[in-house]
Amino acid sequence: MKKVISRIYMAIIFVFLYAPIVILVLFSFNDSDTKSRAVWSGFSLRWYQKLFSNGELLNALRNTLIIAVVAAIAATVLGTVAAIGINSMKKWPKRFVMSVGNLPMVNPEIVTGISLLLLFVFGARLLHVELGIFSVILAHITFCLPYVILSVMPKLRQMDNSLFEAAQDLGCTPIHSFFKVVFPEILPGIITGAVMAFTLSIDDFVISYFTSGTTQTLPVYIYSMTRKRVSPEINALSTLLFGTILVLLLVINFSKKRSNDVKEKEEAR
Amino acid sequence: MKSKALSAPYIVWMCIFIIVPLFLVAYFAFTDKTGAFTLENIIQVGQYSDVFLRSIWMGALATLFSLVLGYPLAYIISRSSLRHQSVLIMLVMLPMWMNFLLRTYAWMTLLEDNGMINNFLAAIGLPRLHMINTAGAVVFGMVYDYLPFMILPLYTVLMKIDRSVIEAAQDLGANSRKVFLKVTVPMSMPGIISGITMVFVPAVSTFIISKMLGGGSNLLIGDLIDMQFLGNAYNPYLGSAISLVLMVLILICMGIMNQFDEDGSAEGGMMP
Repeated sequence: MKKVISRIYMAIIFVFLYAPIVILVLFSFNDSDTKSRAVWSGFSLRWYQKLFSNGELLNALRNTLIIAVVAAIAATVLGTVAAIGINSMKKWPKRFVMSVGNLPMVNPEIVTGISLLLLFVFGARLLHVELGIFSVILAHITFCLPYVILSVMPKLRQMDNSLFEAAQDLGCTPIHSFFKVVFPEILPGIITGAVMAFTLSIDDFVISYFTSGTTQTLPVYIYSMTRKRVSPEINALSTLLFGTILVLLLVINFSKKRSNDVKEKEEAR
Repeated sequence: MKSKALSAPYIVWMCIFIIVPLFLVAYFAFTDKTGAFTLENIIQVGQYSDVFLRSIWMGALATLFSLVLGYPLAYIISRSSLRHQSVLIMLVMLPMWMNFLLRTYAWMTLLEDNGMINNFLAAIGLPRLHMINTAGAVVFGMVYDYLPFMILPLYTVLMKIDRSVIEAAQDLGANSRKVFLKVTVPMSMPGIISGITMVFVPAVSTFIISKMLGGGSNLLIGDLIDMQFLGNAYNPYLGSAISLVLMVLILICMGIMNQFDEDGSAEGGMMP
């Protein structure tokens, strides 16, 4: 009885979570004019065709990808180096740096957004930064950094410090021994951080909205579309994005499972 | 590996892009257009106390609903078999991969007066409901968008609870209600705390959900700030003052929340 109730409860919550997604996907194939979003009038792929001839939208997609790649790489490099530095600090300075660094995570996004807007607009004379793709990249690096640091830190803490010293005793230069010993050890944390930074950047709306000026990223473009109450092209686009992510997740999960299976087999031998 | 110097570039970055911007917010909050010191902006924020109260009220309601809806689900997931757990948690996280603007937009389609839910109600002979552009729709949207943020930290702590502790309580004569209230809930407190902060902070400061689902009549703090910076009421001085008050408000709320966390450290969060 208990089991049945918990199954039903779970089903209700998942219906709640997935209902709008199903609607979005379904109506991306709707053969209707733009006037009605809620009436089904037959299957069609025309919104997908329209999507790929929409220059503004493709431009926004390009901007989003450029920003995400540059911001993720920069945040990962800067964050990994920073994590190594912070890890060797004493307790109190470490705490201080970490809590200031985590502010973009703790503060409401809108506050981070407007504070950076003020910096770019009123600090522009000093910084020579104008609102546009470059300012968005700087903003994204800033809010991605704490996530990278928080994923690299635990790996550094787990690592045995004497390994690094042993490598140097055996004649490695510090840089050489970093890449031979430390880097492989903390690599999983770096990868997690990079993936998080990339996805956070792609998905971000609030901070891009305040720092992008007239440059459009995909979420900013979607926002401008929803305000004008327009077309199922949005649905088509979101279906494609969601499909891509779904496939990626399935592939990752599947390959993980396979490598686990292989490991188990090896261990069984 | 002693290499404190490696943190130097990050500290410089932090100063330019975190500390200086926040000082700019504080500076603008206390100056007028001529650059002279003034308390006028902060006093003016007082005029919007109704907006602040509405935001806090809606944010608190959304947080409460998320907790009430999310806790049972997190509990059920944490008690299912290990193999199912990872699939179920992925199902909870998956909707977050679709941009929240799009998901909120989909709810517009469902909730509007000629939307799917109303068409369905009409088809089975029930009266239509007016749902979109109400305060209820805004709270609903908040719950929908931030529910995964509640479930994940709850699941992380519930999963870690040692089953032998629960068995011990049962052996000592506690019924299932008592076990839940005296063992499970207190032990999941860190998850509850971080779930509450992770829902309350974005809910109280949102400016999209209210715009899309609340029409023009349910103005929230976020909308107010947006209007001062990128909207018609361009006034970054007042906008900074509102942001400053919002920040202080959230700091106070989080301070109060942390009082409930006896162990002192909120675990869980986005990264299990």
